[in-house]
Order: sequence, then structure tokens, then C-alpha cells
Amino acid sequence: MSPKTLYDKIWDAHVAHEADDGTCLLYIDRHLVHEVTSPQAFEGLRMAGRKVRAPEKTIAVPDHNVPTTPDRVNGIENPESRIQVEALDKNAKDFGIHYYPVNDVRQGIVHIVGPEQGWTLPGMTVVCGDSHTATHGAFGALAHGIGTSEVEHVLATQTLIQKKSKNMKVEITGKLQPGVTAKDITLAVIGETGTAGGTGYVIEYCGEAIRDLSMEGRMTVCNMAIEGGARAGLIAPDETTFEYVKGRPHAPKGAQWEAALNWWKTLFTDEDAHFDKVITLRGEDIAPVVTWGTSPEDVLPITATVPQPEDFEGGKVEAARRSIEYMGLEAGQKLSDVEIDTVFIGSCTNGRIEDLRAAAEILKGKKIKDGMRAMVVPGSGLVRAQAEEEGLAEIFKEAGFEWRLAGCSMCLAMNPDQLQPGERCAATSNRNFEGRQGRGGRTHLLSPAMAAAAAITGRLTDVRELM
Amino acid sequence: MEKFDKVHGVAAPMPLINIDTDMIIPKVHLKTIKRSGLGVVLFDEMRYHDDGQENEEFILNKPAYREAEILVAGDNFGCGSSREHAPWAIKDFGIKVVISTSFADIFFNNCFKNGILPIVVEEEHHAVLMEDAQKGENARMTVHLEDQQITTSDGVVIAFDIDPHRKHCLLNGLDDIGLTMEKDHHIDKFEDHASQARPWV
Repeated sequence: MSPKTLYDKIWDAHVAHEADDGTCLLYIDRHLVHEVTSPQAFEGLRMAGRKVRAPEKTIAVPDHNVPTTPDRVNGIENPESRIQVEALDKNAKDFGIHYYPVNDVRQGIVHIVGPEQGWTLPGMTVVCGDSHTATHGAFGALAHGIGTSEVEHVLATQTLIQKKSKNMKVEITGKLQPGVTAKDITLAVIGETGTAGGTGYVIEYCGEAIRDLSMEGRMTVCNMAIEGGARAGLIAPDETTFEYVKGRPHAPKGAQWEAALNWWKTLFTDEDAHFDKVITLRGEDIAPVVTWGTSPEDVLPITATVPQPEDFEGGKVEAARRSIEYMGLEAGQKLSDVEIDTVFIGSCTNGRIEDLRAAAEILKGKKIKDGMRAMVVPGSGLVRAQAEEEGLAEIFKEAGFEWRLAGCSMCLAMNPDQLQPGERCAATSNRNFEGRQGRGGRTHLLSPAMAAAAAITGRLTDVRELM
Repeated sequence: MEKFDKVHGVAAPMPLINIDTDMIIPKVHLKTIKRSGLGVVLFDEMRYHDDGQENEEFILNKPAYREAEILVAGDNFGCGSSREHAPWAIKDFGIKVVISTSFADIFFNNCFKNGILPIVVEEEHHAVLMEDAQKGENARMTVHLEDQQITTSDGVVIAFDIDPHRKHCLLNGLDDIGLTMEKDHHIDKFEDHASQARPWV
């Protein structure tokens, strides 16, 4: 038998039908649903008189436009947001799918809730109408975002019509330097490949620096595979994975656990398996990074300066010029001189307990800069509860951060948490597009520790100076 | 779904690379529970000033391009989120074909589900098409799906590739779900097998 990649193995285990031209029906093990990309899909089912084929494999949670202020227990003020959330309430009930409503302590960002509850397991296929579904690849699950028509397709048939992607390997060798995190790895990779570098591929991340990451860190890395253009990101499951999964509410138990474990241990890329593209970075070479522009590929070490548009080639020259103008920066300006108005810690990229610990470590005993607006939005109610138990919430509050309820919040600004035109934000989220965090808002992506450092000094800051 | 055959219409040039789904349709317009009516907010933040007035400089606001049916766009078009509101807005505006050197994966898939034809062309052909699109309302291109050809306003013919299954579905306006349900017995069989092999799923 020819050697297979991890992606090949998971793919092969889920093909329900293959047509002569290679178009496959891929069986979906877990379908995660949220309020923004699903209403039209459920409406489509109703109009066609169709049912959800596998409600027991379908999990819904509202996250994108739920308010994160404590008053949300009294209901959602924005009428359009409220209608979307109420539509999900109704759809979950009518179609009999698992549901975590907005005031359930287990509610949170769908990509944090899935793993936390043990829905996401190694070797599964996982989809959601959200591009950051790539997050679940951290478990060695084939996970990717889909559009609303495909949401409807999966609801109706539990399959997706797919053609196989190519295999790409991203290896991070060696050890990371102090102050360098999973977020810096994933941004550095996008800086290397560009936002279209992964188009047509499924990425497998490997190497010592990846192995050394916790599950939280691995989720951060895979989460942004989509920003590199890849369909999905994967990390082979190992003891770290099994340890994380064990005992979670929906993880297998007893004899089933043993059976599952036996299969999961076969989920690795065989020696000599073929990759169509290989990228290797040395862990030691990765610095704490920030983005300067309006594409996640606009990444530089914090010690660098804003580039000259002329340093680029082709269409990127104009794109860089436009970015620098939009961001209100000057070419040649030191990134560490860029002053910040707002700090946002949260999102499916960096809203997990380890992210809050990393930020709190920097903030302990310190205050944020006068006039700074700073908020922490935990990724789920359970992350929030754990952070309170560990005393992290107190550190944030004493430093001057707002301590919010769980949701997507200012990552995409569909709820009231938005930037004003020209407001500059250091954000632990995943996209720095024009207007992403609010019309005219300016976003610099960075790690939670770097975000905490920026909150203290009021400017983009090399976290190593505060360690 | 409507059958896709041939488009003969104005092509609008948008050479900017990495046009993301937030640019195509900002999140404030994702709060709908319908698929229709989004054309008016397509490219919202580029198309309108803060006071809601049209930005005359924006390509689709120029008289020559207001009725554009084809978009010739820069590299990596549609990157970002999975929101199908992006192709819904494009379709609702009246654009039926988007041509670029590359597309983001999810956006590319979403186009086919909505009767939009995304075409990937080589850089040299892209340059020819972009130049043709700059000619304004005289730039009437023809996109012929059956023949897999784009014809520029001066008669230059450029062939393009398309997945045969997707071509078939577009040409015949086929609904994916209906097609898949015809293969229900394969799905049943897979589920029987998988429930034995991986009962914990």
C-alpha cells in the first residue's frame, strides 16, 4: 500500500461515494451551526419539506452577534441580531439538534465550544458555516468552513460534494524563543506563504515546535490556516490530544474510548508520503510579530518598520499603498512607535484559557495606559468560569480591562463591540481587513501576550521588554 | 436554480488584489435571514461615503459600469469568511461571471451554488481581459460556458477550464441536494459501515 498523509487517511475513511470524475460525497461526522450562516439553510429545508438527516451529529450555538455585556441576560436589544438568534433557537428545537442557548454557561464561540464539549475528536470530518472551522484541525480532524448552501446540503444529506485538495506540509523545527507563541507561528507562516499560498491545499503542521504546543496553541495555529488560503489545517493527534479529549462530555468512554484510541493512534503521515508543497521554518527564527496592513500576510516582527510599497511586486504595490493609507501609517515608521486606542483579547483564535493566562501573566500588578479601551471576551462561558476560578479575571479587571461574557464580539463586530472610524486596535483575532472591526477601524493582529503589552504601554510593544 | 448559458455584457475592472468578503459585503448586512435583496449593499464601504451618498469614483457607480454583468478582479478574490452573502450580493447586483487569476476556496464553491461562474485565467490572459474591461460600456465581453470561451470586445478568444461536474450543474441549473439524495443508498451503506468501524462517532 502506498504511504499516505494524515489528510489522505481521514479523507479515505469518509468517502461515501466517488464518481468517475473524482467528485466525492464526503461523509460529515460533526456539523456545527451558528446563527448567521444557517437561517437560510433551515428555511431551504422547510420549503423542500426535508429533515435534518443526522440531528445527533449537529450542534448549534449562537455566537457571532450576541452581546457580551452582562445585561444580555435581559435579551438582545438589536432587533436584527435578536431575530437571528431567535431563529436559531427555533430551528434547533424544530429540527431536534443539540443546542447551547445564549444564557447557558456552555455557550461560546462555536469553535471553542465544539472541542470543549468533546464533540470534536481525532479523525473526524467537521464542518461549519464559518471559515475558522479550520480550528478543529488541531485534533487531527479534517475541518473546514462551508457556505450556507453547503450547510443546507449537510443538514439534508450529512455529506458534502468535494474534490480532494493537495497535500502541503508546514514544518516548524526546533524550539520557540521566550515571548513567541502559537499566534506568532501561524502569522509568520502566512507572512511566508501569503494569503493565497495555501489555496487548493490542506496543510499539515508538524515539527518539534508544533509538537511542543498545548491543544490551545495548536487550535490557534490551525485556526488561521484559512488566512493562508488553505481549505484546512491539520495536526496529527498524540498524547497531548488524547489527554485533552479524555473525560469531555461527548468523548467516548470505557471500551469505546479504547477502540477510539487504537484508531486515533494510526492517524499520522506515513514515512515517505508525498506532499505537493513543503514549507519549513525554524522555530528559533520566529519573533513576536504584528500586522501592519489590511491583509493577514502583512506580517512583520515587532522590531521592524512599516515597509515601503515599492518594496513589493505586482499588484501588491498598490495594495500595500492602499493598506498603509487606510491604516494611517507612514512607510519607514517603527512598528513599536504605533499608538493604540483599543485592545481586544478574545476570538476563536485566542479566546481560550491559555490565551487568557498568557495575557494575565503580563498584566499582573500593572495598569493599562490612561484612556485605553481594553476588553477581554472569553471564548466560552466555561473558559470565563475557569479564568475567574484561577484569579485571572481579577488581574484583568484590576488592570483596567472590561471582563465580558462569551461571544465573537469585536473580532468581526457584528454585535455592539465595534471600532469607530480611525480607531486603532491591537487585536488577538484573525483578520485585519478594512472595516473588519467596524467601518474605518484599524486592526493590528498579534498574540495575547503582545496585546497585553500594548495595553500597558499604549503602543505596539515587544512583549519581551516586559518579561 | 436558473440555467447558465451565455453572458454577453459589460465587464467591470477591479484590479485590486485580495478583495475580501468584508469588502464584498460588510458584516452589518449579514443580519438578514433571507438570501435576496443584498445587491444594493454589494461593496458597501467602497461604494458609498459615510453619509450614504454614492462614491462616484467607485467603478460600479460609474455610468459605464452600473449594469456590469462580468467582474474582472485582482488575484485572490473572495478571501476571508465563508459568508454566502458575498455571492448572494454579487448575484443580486446582476453580476453573473467573476474572472480572476485566483479565488479563495470557499468563495469559489459558493459561487457555483448560486449560479455564478467564477473563471480562473492565466496572468497574461487576465491582463488582456483587464485592459478590455477598462474600455467602459464598449467593453462587452461574451462568456460562453458550453464552449468554455471568453470573447473580448475586439474578438480575442480566451479558453478556460472548468470542472465537468460543476459545468454540468450550471448549464442545467441542477440542485446539489436533489442530486445527492439520489445517492441516498450510498450514504446509508456508509453509515452502516462507519457505525461498526467507529461506533464512538
